[in-house]
Amino acid sequence: MKAIVSVTGKDRTGIIAAVAGELASNNTNILDITQTIVHGNFVMLMHVEASDSVDLGTLGDKLQSAVKDWGIVVHVQHEDLFSSMHRV
Amino acid sequence: MFTQNEILETIDMLDNRHLDVRTVTASLSLLDCIDGSAKKCADKVFDKIMRVCNRLVPVCDMLSSRYGVKIVNKRIAVTPISIVGSACGDYIGLAHALDSAGKALGVDFVGGYSALVQKGETDKEKAFLDTIPEALSTTDIVCASVNVASTKSGINLDAVGRLGKIIKDLAYRTRNRDSIGCCKLVAFCNAVDDNPFMAGAFTGLSEGECTINVGVSGPGVVEYEINKHPDYDITEICELIKRTVFKITRLGALIGGEAAKELNLAQGIVDLSLAPTPAVGDSVARILESIGLSRVGACGTTACLALLNDAVKKGGVMAAQRVGGLSGAFIPVSEDAGMIEAAQSGAITIDKLEAMTAVCSVGLDMIAVPGDTPAEVLSGMIADECAIGMINGKTTAVRVIPVYGKTVGESADFGGLLGVAPIMPISAESPAKFISRGGKIPPPIHSYKN
Repeated sequence: MKAIVSVTGKDRTGIIAAVAGELASNNTNILDITQTIVHGNFVMLMHVEASDSVDLGTLGDKLQSAVKDWGIVVHVQHEDLFSSMHRV
Repeated sequence: MFTQNEILETIDMLDNRHLDVRTVTASLSLLDCIDGSAKKCADKVFDKIMRVCNRLVPVCDMLSSRYGVKIVNKRIAVTPISIVGSACGDYIGLAHALDSAGKALGVDFVGGYSALVQKGETDKEKAFLDTIPEALSTTDIVCASVNVASTKSGINLDAVGRLGKIIKDLAYRTRNRDSIGCCKLVAFCNAVDDNPFMAGAFTGLSEGECTINVGVSGPGVVEYEINKHPDYDITEICELIKRTVFKITRLGALIGGEAAKELNLAQGIVDLSLAPTPAVGDSVARILESIGLSRVGACGTTACLALLNDAVKKGGVMAAQRVGGLSGAFIPVSEDAGMIEAAQSGAITIDKLEAMTAVCSVGLDMIAVPGDTPAEVLSGMIADECAIGMINGKTTAVRVIPVYGKTVGESADFGGLLGVAPIMPISAESPAKFISRGGKIPPPIHSYKN
């Protein structure tokens, strides 16, 4: 299944490495990445593909743990959430 | 791939604006559980709920995890128990079967301890109505409703009169908890068969075996969007609400569809409702204030509510395959921080609330009145609401709590989503003679459409 990983918060070295490393160790492939700094805040959005057996909530918890003391919030949500709300 | 704005907007709605799915409700027919033996009937009811709905809570939890969307309540609505229990007559036994099954499955409420008596009551239905106070005061998660009027049938004033007494009895029986039992009982006009919201959810006789109905929420999202545009005229505000509600409804439709698929049950309706909670930023009253009222209850409140209610429907109706339930804006007093504040300050009165019910999705909801309010006054409130619903062809309802031992100036604290209800003053004049006349108010002339 395809999901959106969103990572927002205070910028610092190693965020992408930490998140990407955790995704790789959970056998989750990154399909696309955008990353910008908005008003001084780090914003990264990833389109990823995970195995259907992966629990996205658990994956989100693991990614959050990987960056937990950095003032960063991670969400992992099935892409259908966004296509439902933003595509007719 | 989606744009950054789309993704961040969705996350902001979910994290900061209280966007959630208020309820996933399994609407379950119990018609095949009817049995002349009280024990067999209760066993069949318990077993069927346990069998058909056993995965409701885990599936909702799984979907919540998959989409990062909170599903606040999981509920079951069943065929009116006045019908299911008519052959055996042991309605209380069935109430306990519902309570036990619901608790075993971990759902929040089971609705359907209900009767449809808008045109008249059978002897069995009269007996059923008398059991409501005991049923609701000896169970925890069972909810009851009585449809006492409709546009096609008129108002059953006999049942309206009985309900006033039933509410008083229930208030007394649950006096140790601010008469909380009355929060679980609704009197309806034009009740709908597929309402997923409590306390009035039941599975109507027109419904199928088991369907998944969903109620969405998100008043905080609408308030936030309006506050971003202080320069919009009212036409643009209506459009803004429509666009926002479209997105909210799509979320509900997604969850409803996925829940039905996972549970292998039929997908039912999405109820396009803005349902508040007592939390800050989750208030329908604040939406009305954001449109331009200093406080809800001001002159102009009814107009703002009317445009909100209509825009909610228009925005939502294209976003879901099937729309139903109550669909509109709820205005419960105790469950809405803005309403609570307005009631405490005297900015909003029962009279204004009654006017608002002519244009909102339901009616006088979660209103606390003094504990010494006579039964016939409660019946009078119900009759007035029924008249509004009957004449205007809409659902109206009354969920009123005469808080035993308390009076104006005090509050009733029900806890959780039920919130805090300031006790509101009510007319001291008596409708006793009117209510005691009994009989039936005929349906309006415009109901004769054939």
